Amino acid sequence: MPATLLEKLWNLHEIADLGGRDSLIHIDRIFLHERTGSIALRGLEQEGRNVRAPRRAFCTMDHIVDTRPGRGDISLVPHGREFIEATRHSARNAGIHLFDIDDSRQGIVHVVAAENGIVLPGMSAVCPDSHTCTLGALGALAWGIGSTEAEHALATSCLRASRPRSMRVNFVGTTTPGVTAKDMILHLIAGFGSRAGRGFAVEFAGPAIYDLNMDGRFTICNMAVEMGAFTGMIAPDEHTIAYVRDAPYAPRGPLAEQAEAHWRELHSDEGAEFDRELEVDCARIAPSVTWGTNPEQLVGINGVVPEPGAFDDPQQSLAARQAQAYMDLEPGTSMRSVRIDAAFIGSCTNNRLDDLRDAANHLRGRKVASWVQALCVPGSSAIKRQAEAEGLDEIFQAAGFEWREAGCSLCFHAGGESFGGRRVISSTNRNFQGRQGPGARTHLASPLTVAASACRGYISTAEDS
Amino acid sequence: MTNARKQVFHRGIAAPLLQPNIDTDAIIPSREIRRVSKEGLGDALFSGWRYRSAESREPEPGFILNQAQYREASILLAGDNFGCGSSREHAVWALKDFGVKVILAPSFGGIFFNNCALNGILAIELEEEAIARLARWVQADPGGNRLEIDLAAQRIRWREGKEMRFDIEPARRSLLLEGLDSIAATLRRESAIRVFEEQDRQSRPWVYEFPDR
Repeated sequence: MPATLLEKLWNLHEIADLGGRDSLIHIDRIFLHERTGSIALRGLEQEGRNVRAPRRAFCTMDHIVDTRPGRGDISLVPHGREFIEATRHSARNAGIHLFDIDDSRQGIVHVVAAENGIVLPGMSAVCPDSHTCTLGALGALAWGIGSTEAEHALATSCLRASRPRSMRVNFVGTTTPGVTAKDMILHLIAGFGSRAGRGFAVEFAGPAIYDLNMDGRFTICNMAVEMGAFTGMIAPDEHTIAYVRDAPYAPRGPLAEQAEAHWRELHSDEGAEFDRELEVDCARIAPSVTWGTNPEQLVGINGVVPEPGAFDDPQQSLAARQAQAYMDLEPGTSMRSVRIDAAFIGSCTNNRLDDLRDAANHLRGRKVASWVQALCVPGSSAIKRQAEAEGLDEIFQAAGFEWREAGCSLCFHAGGESFGGRRVISSTNRNFQGRQGPGARTHLASPLTVAASACRGYISTAEDS
Repeated sequence: MTNARKQVFHRGIAAPLLQPNIDTDAIIPSREIRRVSKEGLGDALFSGWRYRSAESREPEPGFILNQAQYREASILLAGDNFGCGSSREHAVWALKDFGVKVILAPSFGGIFFNNCALNGILAIELEEEAIARLARWVQADPGGNRLEIDLAAQRIRWREGKEMRFDIEPARRSLLLEGLDSIAATLRRESAIRVFEEQDRQSRPWVYEFPDR
């Protein structure tokens, strides 16, 4: 019987069938961060339970830790230090790996799990963070959970999980210049809605996906959760194998050969049946930006803010009206006439090396508009070092961007730094009300669009400035 | 997972919050998470909408849970995709601390949906039309028109003699009815887990043995 990638991954990890669609699934890797991991570790301590396999559990500091140069344990987030210290204390007690603030491997959890070879193709991996689906780009079964489920995974090396249905999205045709992986995934979410993936594991496929390098694939899978999916995944190919080869925690020598042979089998077989298949014509994708407070509220940068009444679904019309009131945008407004106050390049969606190179290529010899605060926050300390070796930091700073230490930073406002009350063009994943600060108005876009908009001071494509 | 509490039957005031895509950032903004704790988060529930400013905590009179007839609400009638976004379980802990026992919505964010069951909150998926019907009845007299949720019978009872059935997966239902400790239940399968790992180690040794830096 031809099998889907999801079936292969699920069957590889199924310890027991629990009836219905439920299975007891083996968890190969658990990752924690100081925001939600601290509470999971503390919960276990309070119940007197141990981490069953501490060598397969990892923790990093990304959510609360400051990204300003010269940082330490003190964060601008109120009580931030409590989260950092509690996490450090519990991680050491539990005997799990900790990538602390000053560790060369520190960075955003989903970025460092991949670049260190901690999560590899075919593995199952969980983290109490919704963007864990990012790691599906390796051909892993990786999904976000709550803190209570994290306690369960830590204590038992397993989770009780309901088998998702299978969806394949085929990206056919080729993209036009200036269109990035971010535009592809935003276009998909806008086309089918932010609930289209509910209950599904979504396999992204088609030539345009396999043409992307790993950094672009992480961007695609990262936003699977923004269409409501259980997770996203991309079958491993030679790009994937080259990416993980020689990573610090990846297998070496004969073990590597054995692993690579196994990874090459991890793809949906010819003739495998999916519960749902969607197709996206890449030629129709434009550089895009959101106008509302949900990632599905999207338009091409050359487009205008839509009429709320133009939506067939009354719920969508209502949502559009509320979003436009919050965003302070009138229907019919040209997106290119929208003036911005701030520009942010960062987050687990878009702050890997290729993202920074894309933005820096545009910024070389240009300046950020005088009224715009612009920040670039690399995804990991390793990416930051590599970017600096390539001189990207100098390009960003010469253009007027702040160059930060690695972390989640202003992807969300945790009580410290804030874009409150301002309009931001952002390479992140969520434009929810108040996400980047009280009253902050977020427009999601690619790093290239963020760089171009920062220079013109208005939402712009790379051709505009 | 010892947070689950038995929940068999509930009767209470229902508040309609019908717009779609109410995300966990709206349920509890990240800035409200100030302690490594699951307790005392009810005050922060919906704080971006409920208060004129986060600092003053002065109630925003227009927000539904500030209106006298809904202040004691323990049931939410919600829109599509309720609880989407961040995995933060604090959203569920805040709802629970406020006193919410049951949420009805056409669909839920997946992680939020699991978090609810693990904390004794009953999240029921119900058609949009059915929720709208309940909302119209409740709004006519919020204090008097109380909903009854009977998990054992899988029934919602409303207007005199009217009821509707709801579906729930058996595992989720028994978790809520019996308040099971899932960790203890899984630990009882330790021998099966060990056998799985021994076999898996033969075919995928790199999962278990790796350079330890």
